[in-house]
Amino acid sequence: MIGLIIRRLFQLLFLLLGISFLVFMSMHLAPGDPAQIIAGPTASSSDLEAIREDLGLNKPVMVQYVDYLGSILQGDFGYSYQTNQSVSEAILTRFPTTVKLATASMILAIIIGIVAGMISAMRQNSWIDVSSTTISLAGVSIPNFWLGTMLILLFSVNLQWLPVGGLTEPWYTVEGIKELILPAITLGTASAALITRMARSSMLEVIQSDYVRTARAKGVKRHSITWVHALRNAMIPVITIIGINFGSLLGGTIITEQVFAINGIGRLMIDAIAARDFPVVQATVLLVAGIFVVVNLIVDIIYAIIDPRISYE
Amino acid sequence: MATNVAASEDVKKSTNKEKNTIVVVKRILKNKLAVIGLIIIFILFIMAIFAPVLQTQDPYQQSLTEAELGIGEQGYILGTDNYGRDIWSRMVHGARISLVVGITSVSIGLIGGVLLGLLAGYYKKLDGIIMRVVDLLFAFPGILLAMLIIAMLGTSLVNVVIAISIWSIPGCARIVRGSVLSIKKQEYIMAMRAVGASNIRILFKHILPNCTAPVIVYATMRMATTILSTSALSFLGLGAQPPTPEWGAMIAAGQDFMWSAPHMSIIPGIAIMLTVFAFNVVGDGLRDALDPNMELSDN
Repeated sequence: MIGLIIRRLFQLLFLLLGISFLVFMSMHLAPGDPAQIIAGPTASSSDLEAIREDLGLNKPVMVQYVDYLGSILQGDFGYSYQTNQSVSEAILTRFPTTVKLATASMILAIIIGIVAGMISAMRQNSWIDVSSTTISLAGVSIPNFWLGTMLILLFSVNLQWLPVGGLTEPWYTVEGIKELILPAITLGTASAALITRMARSSMLEVIQSDYVRTARAKGVKRHSITWVHALRNAMIPVITIIGINFGSLLGGTIITEQVFAINGIGRLMIDAIAARDFPVVQATVLLVAGIFVVVNLIVDIIYAIIDPRISYE
Repeated sequence: MATNVAASEDVKKSTNKEKNTIVVVKRILKNKLAVIGLIIIFILFIMAIFAPVLQTQDPYQQSLTEAELGIGEQGYILGTDNYGRDIWSRMVHGARISLVVGITSVSIGLIGGVLLGLLAGYYKKLDGIIMRVVDLLFAFPGILLAMLIIAMLGTSLVNVVIAISIWSIPGCARIVRGSVLSIKKQEYIMAMRAVGASNIRILFKHILPNCTAPVIVYATMRMATTILSTSALSFLGLGAQPPTPEWGAMIAAGQDFMWSAPHMSIIPGIAIMLTVFAFNVVGDGLRDALDPNMELSDN
């Protein structure tokens, strides 16, 4: 197990280096002169030269990349072209909001998905099963930005039960929870649908297996078969799908933040892409991709703990 | 004599192929959801191909005196938007944009992915480097890779096509490589090599045709993702720009008029959902129908 973790950590290190290089190069190769973007269209050539000198844009590319790596290791992501604010500061102030949204949606999706999937499997072909299968099929296809817009239309505009947007109050207050409900549903629906489908099919497979039949034959109680024998084995593919889906959840966060006007990392990124604010784009993309690969590593390790048959050669 | 044998072999081959196709089609037609999906896709294609005929008005033509009309009002089938543009005509042209973007970027992604997958699976020397690049592209979650590429190239619908094409490559490459790895160990490939067939001939004439099933399933599912992502990017303002009648951009425009004209964002959303649903269920159906492990008792 420790060998596996060390090996995966090394892979992670190289993957992070690769990501940082790819992100750096794509911003470097992007058309448009950063000096021109900062100084504006009226700047003189000597001004531009001074800015290039200041940002180190005159140095060879590889030197610039190594400089860049050095500074991000010290937590320095440069300054925004638009606001001149420190990028790390902008990220730090917005990051908790994004984490709050992603966590709430993930918890919602896992609870709903596993419960719905298990009930469907235990009561196969009942009306509960048919309706949950139908809803989850729709949930996978529904565009989350549209779902969010429709939820706002129904609950905020027409019924006026919940706020239209924003995510500024602490989550443990009534106002905070009210703000969180619609964005969490918007972001969590697709994941919940996916988890439901996976939980249902893997539970069905397990309860039809020989060892469950044996357990039933020797008189083990029904709920003990479900919760002790079947659940653990049925959860393995479910955890995989949760891990795989985490990437879409992160991508979805970016979109959901835009729908509900939530000032998180996603909105920062969208604004920066539209304004060609490269330091901010670089930092936010790097951060999201970094979180994604780290979470994947954690999922792999959990996977190995749950299923001792997996050894990762 | 020899030619006769060859000819009869050819006939056998083609009838076998036809039989397989019939089996696959029969299986899909038994899957109710897939049939519904196929009907939706058929309607979409009709809308896209005959958009100029089906439109009741120029999709860009504004008429401020007839702005924000509801569904069916004053002869507008789906009402009008805040500029008085006919939503039905814009929807029809939106179908065209979605399908063109989807088909173009999935095709480019497939060409890149299939080539890389074939090379990686067949040549051991290239495998390491190609798969490391693929792993690297997989390190970007969901839509983020597309966003990075758009950040680099600038916001436009053409750049969305480029971005989504590149994003489609790694998944396809992985699938093709997996198939090639298992196919190239089979005896008939070794036999081809023994009789001196060139690598290119083996790759394209003997290995590639045997990887088509998973690639077709991937392409169908990918159409769903592509159409969804295109509209998401346009919704975010990173893809099609107004006044282009793209479904995602139409939802974004409708957001500001939710109080007075909610149908502006409801209608395009339903269209996107049905389209994505259709490609997903057809992809599911194809996967089941093309699976050689499924019982053949149904023919």
